[in-house]
Amino acid sequence: MLSLFLRDTRLGLRAGGGMLVGILFFLAIIAVVPFGVGPDLKLLGRIGPAMLWIGALLATLLGLDRLFQADRDDGSLDLLVMASERYMLALTVLVKCLAHWTTSVLPLVVASPLLGLFMNMQPSAIGATTLTLLVGTPAITLIGAVGAAVAVALPRGGLLVSVIILPLTIPVLIFGVSAAYGAVEDPAPFVAPFLILIAITLFFTVIGPLAAAAALKSSAD
Amino acid sequence: MRLVAENLAGGRGGEILFSGLNFALSGTEALMITGPNGAGKSTLLRIIAGLLEKTEGHIRLDGAPAGFENVDAACHYLGHLNAMKPVLTVEENLRFWQLFHGIAHITVAEALERVQLGDIGHLPFAYLSTGQKRRASIARLLISYRPVWLLDEPTAGLDKTSEEQFAGLMRDHLKGGGIVIAATHLPLGLDNPQELVMGGNGHVRTRRWEARS
Repeated sequence: MLSLFLRDTRLGLRAGGGMLVGILFFLAIIAVVPFGVGPDLKLLGRIGPAMLWIGALLATLLGLDRLFQADRDDGSLDLLVMASERYMLALTVLVKCLAHWTTSVLPLVVASPLLGLFMNMQPSAIGATTLTLLVGTPAITLIGAVGAAVAVALPRGGLLVSVIILPLTIPVLIFGVSAAYGAVEDPAPFVAPFLILIAITLFFTVIGPLAAAAALKSSAD
Repeated sequence: MRLVAENLAGGRGGEILFSGLNFALSGTEALMITGPNGAGKSTLLRIIAGLLEKTEGHIRLDGAPAGFENVDAACHYLGHLNAMKPVLTVEENLRFWQLFHGIAHITVAEALERVQLGDIGHLPFAYLSTGQKRRASIARLLISYRPVWLLDEPTAGLDKTSEEQFAGLMRDHLKGGGIVIAATHLPLGLDNPQELVMGGNGHVRTRRWEARS
């Protein structure tokens, strides 16, 4: 299993892996916001956590459709499915998701403090947003795995995957943003939404791979 | 060890391609599946590999070595696609499959020697020619041990010399007590394999390869 993780990480880091594309897309979204809402620094600071979360969500969706399709195109997926006697297919899916998160989503989390400066956010808000992104984005990848597995047989499934999974990621967005606001605005709680965010991630760590494995099994032809 | 298929039926998209198919192979025996395009050769191989659901019937492996009780766990599948990543080198690709499949048989370097690719293991897979890609993919069968080889048009893209070398590799595998099932249009250079002729209309019969004129 470690070998699969290392292979997928290596693929993600080499040319065509899409890591840089994700960061650039994230940067582009955040960079156009001040042009859209105007140069009101207070307003930018207030909507900062939400904009970072929306940007990270969209940038995460960007490469998700290739999660299984690349393996299907070169025939590796057949061998991964055949190995389900040795390794449970859901475990294989989980490892692929982890590798995808490490190479495509973790860089977004790392870049988010810098982009927070663009939005004139206070240091505490930047810290809280980065922390909630770190905890919440795995859930987006794991939900996305289900969409990617369902659409794996479709030649142009990219947009479809986003449309399928975007509604499912809304709870992650709600609790991620409310936890980030909870850290800076006094009456709002931080711990409760943050714990729910963790719970959502753990929940989809179990459900996501199982559902994706079932979809992959039935899509083999 | 004995691979037995009983009353097997299979199809694609709800349409039955073949039915009532029976065969039995013991270790050291090879089966060649022949027939016109669309007769269901690849479908049969994918059913044996567990990648497609069979419509009816049973496949089982009697007296399998420990760890290979389940048919799909006992199979190496070489399909039309090579299952290699173009941006990784040939060695990286093979080392990954060896670690992932487990039960290491021979080292990656030895396997590359056997398929005459010893000097280009460091190149990215994308740089290889069609025949070299096929040979790299044949090396995948050698690095991890599986008693049953399922081969779908294994010699596609290979030149005459490589075909003969591949026939040698298959004979070695059979000598070691393995089973080879190959869908092919060309004689693969095996000694006296069983032949399964699949007709386009679901008609199936078996015969010995020798009997063919």
